[in-house]
Amino acid sequence: MNLAGLPTGLQDSRSDPTGYDVAVIGGGNAALCAALTARQAGARVIVLESGPRDFRGGNSRHTRNFRCAHDAPGPFLTGTYLENEFLSDLASVNGGGTDEALARLVIRTSATCPAWMTSVGVRFQPALHGTLQLDRTNLFFLGGGKALMNSYYRAAARLGVDVLYDAEVVGLHFAASRFESAEVRTGSRSRTIAARAVVVASGGFEANLEWLREVWGEPADNFIVRGTPYNRGTPLKLMLEAGAQSVGDPRECHAIAVDARAPKFDGGIVTRLDCLPLGIVVNRNGERFYDEGEDVWPKRYAIWGKLLARLPGQVAFSIIDAKSADKFIPSVFPPVVANSVAELGRLLELPPGALEATVDAYNQAVRPGTLDLTRLDGCRTEGLALEKTHWAQRLDTPPFWGYPLRPGITFTYLGLGVDERARVLMKHGGPAPNVYAAGEIMAGNILRRGYLAGLGMTIGTVFGRIAGEEAAIHAAR
Amino acid sequence: MLPDELTAHGRHVMTVCNACRYCEQFCPVFPAIERSRSFSPASLAHLANLCHNCGECLYACQYAPPHEFGINVPRTLAEIRVRSYEENCWPRALGLAFRRRNLQTALGVAAGLVAATAALVWFFNREALWPSDGSANFYLVVPHGIMVTLFGAVSLFVMTAMAISGARFWRGVGAGRPSPLGGLWPAVHDVLTLRHLHTGGIDCASDLETRAPWRRWCHHCTSYGFLLCFASTSVAAFYHTVFGWPAPYDYTSLPVVLGTVGGLGLLVGPAGLAVLRQRRDPLLGDPASGGLDASFLALLFLTSLTGLALLVLRHRSVMGILLIVHLGSVLALLLTLPYGKFVHGLYRALALVRHHGEI
Repeated sequence: MNLAGLPTGLQDSRSDPTGYDVAVIGGGNAALCAALTARQAGARVIVLESGPRDFRGGNSRHTRNFRCAHDAPGPFLTGTYLENEFLSDLASVNGGGTDEALARLVIRTSATCPAWMTSVGVRFQPALHGTLQLDRTNLFFLGGGKALMNSYYRAAARLGVDVLYDAEVVGLHFAASRFESAEVRTGSRSRTIAARAVVVASGGFEANLEWLREVWGEPADNFIVRGTPYNRGTPLKLMLEAGAQSVGDPRECHAIAVDARAPKFDGGIVTRLDCLPLGIVVNRNGERFYDEGEDVWPKRYAIWGKLLARLPGQVAFSIIDAKSADKFIPSVFPPVVANSVAELGRLLELPPGALEATVDAYNQAVRPGTLDLTRLDGCRTEGLALEKTHWAQRLDTPPFWGYPLRPGITFTYLGLGVDERARVLMKHGGPAPNVYAAGEIMAGNILRRGYLAGLGMTIGTVFGRIAGEEAAIHAAR
Repeated sequence: MLPDELTAHGRHVMTVCNACRYCEQFCPVFPAIERSRSFSPASLAHLANLCHNCGECLYACQYAPPHEFGINVPRTLAEIRVRSYEENCWPRALGLAFRRRNLQTALGVAAGLVAATAALVWFFNREALWPSDGSANFYLVVPHGIMVTLFGAVSLFVMTAMAISGARFWRGVGAGRPSPLGGLWPAVHDVLTLRHLHTGGIDCASDLETRAPWRRWCHHCTSYGFLLCFASTSVAAFYHTVFGWPAPYDYTSLPVVLGTVGGLGLLVGPAGLAVLRQRRDPLLGDPASGGLDASFLALLFLTSLTGLALLVLRHRSVMGILLIVHLGSVLALLLTLPYGKFVHGLYRALALVRHHGEI
């Protein structure tokens, strides 16, 4: 490092305003895929990561796999997962509105990703225990997302990509819709970084509490941000202000049920609760409010964030009994334990008698059946106003466990419209000539609602590589 | 950290690991964590000794410091590991050695033994200190009977101490389980190959960016060097007692070849390990127990250096002094075996036996 705080070797290009071919805004999976691909294509690349080195990688730090089409079993993936099945899985959570051409592009290209990832040093592993339903569709990173990002940053250093940490982009300069430079703040200093092309891969706005409040109102105060505190959405806002086409509803996001005791930011995977389908979930009045057994958990876990967001106080409680205690991956927080349903209701501060009434009615409605968590098992209730359609078993074996839940937001879907070359579409006049987007910031083109485990990383990897390649080609012109 | 704090912190770490599981394929520690939902001090000791401190999980951890959860599995398990050495030690009072000034104690013991031996030789047989006949007759300096009695008694003590410590550890971690001796052979295989210092073909980490095989190779040099030297001594004892062939032996004889190769390993290995430890990311280790490695490595190096010097210079007058320094070093090494880093081999092997018996 020199006095300017820049990695050595950067000064020459800094004194030359046209020094970089490609500036990549962001430091997560999509950003690094773009940076590496552009570098491999011969471009001079700088990565502007807003987080510090210790927390580099954005939300990718917390991921663990990506959804991957494949037509034959491999060392880490079982069976086959073909384009049409992948697309229909997406359609089943998305409820229409997907740009099918882009979705098919992501799905088709996902099959080619593992080979490229391996070539830059990424390692994979078999599906983790307790995630049985994912071993056919999702490829797991050895050691998880932070290890993945370490591999990418190691490759970046090896290939000669410059990386600036703590570098928040606070302004973007355009001539018409042509990107010219980015205003970057590092600590108390500002500097301008010019490049022939820019890839915006800076994530959504999920960590910007003010913005969340604008969209959601007061309930936003009770949201827990599962990932990085650095995804404040500044580049997204700057791009929208500069006239980029927006896609997606600002309220749509990937959000799940997390333990209400989770830290406000960065709690990651360990705060999620997978026990919801094993019992019942009640609101703060002690009443059920949704069919907990609607579908297998990997297809349904992502609806619970928004269900909770609409509840009074944005709080709910997952209630299970001793039969289920060892059937899910434990959360990092201990359950509230009681020897009777009444006592559990008291400990969870539910209205007196409410939880017993709900559990009694539920227990009486449970039909006999054999519990099988790996499939739609037909263990159901009959006669309730709100039925539980699978995995219904009586809550009758003490001790009873309760977990308090809150909505945990993973990432927002409001984003920039892009074409199949990852070019950002402007409201007037087609794609911007040298602005590309990848990752969460354009996931809304494909994800309008709902979520499929591992799809965010697939979109980031596929579009990161497309954006990096296109940006390098543009810069070489 | 106080024992209770350390246990509480260990539980916190294990709870986070058990809820995350991303490191599952790195080594046996994480599958072992997943098999359990509560963590007793004994099960923490088992996990701690199962850990080979390859470091991979620190850099992969989304909760590593400065994250507020502050998860550093290699360091936490290193701290628990040293405490398990201390608690299983026999006699218990000497467990103190693991915590306090291990390096100074070991070197002090060596210096004291050398000085005492020199004083005794000076008192009983002054000429032998500086023999001028070039006969390389070690037993003129220290008579054979005394050597055998002394080293026999010390070895017996060391074996007793190690056996009791190992039994305590085994009882603790295996409480209430059938003896999983079926894990013996896979565990022996893991120990001999140091499999968990390159699980899945990945070398251990010395910092965020560096993976290198040197730590494993230096460890191989050290442990196989140690075994070869042990074999050399055993063959020599056999020659002496069964065939009546007393030392010194030729350069091409079995004891000398074994001892020379082993001795070279014990120079290269410990020196390499000491350098690598200096260069390694300090986050990976227990900062309080640095002396444990240093003392064991220093005594191994000293023993080997004096042994090889003795071999080369055995026909010179300096032989008397060298022999005394060598014997003092060996004796200090033996005496400190149960109270220093050497015990990691015992506990780690036992943890592997249990691990393989479980899966």
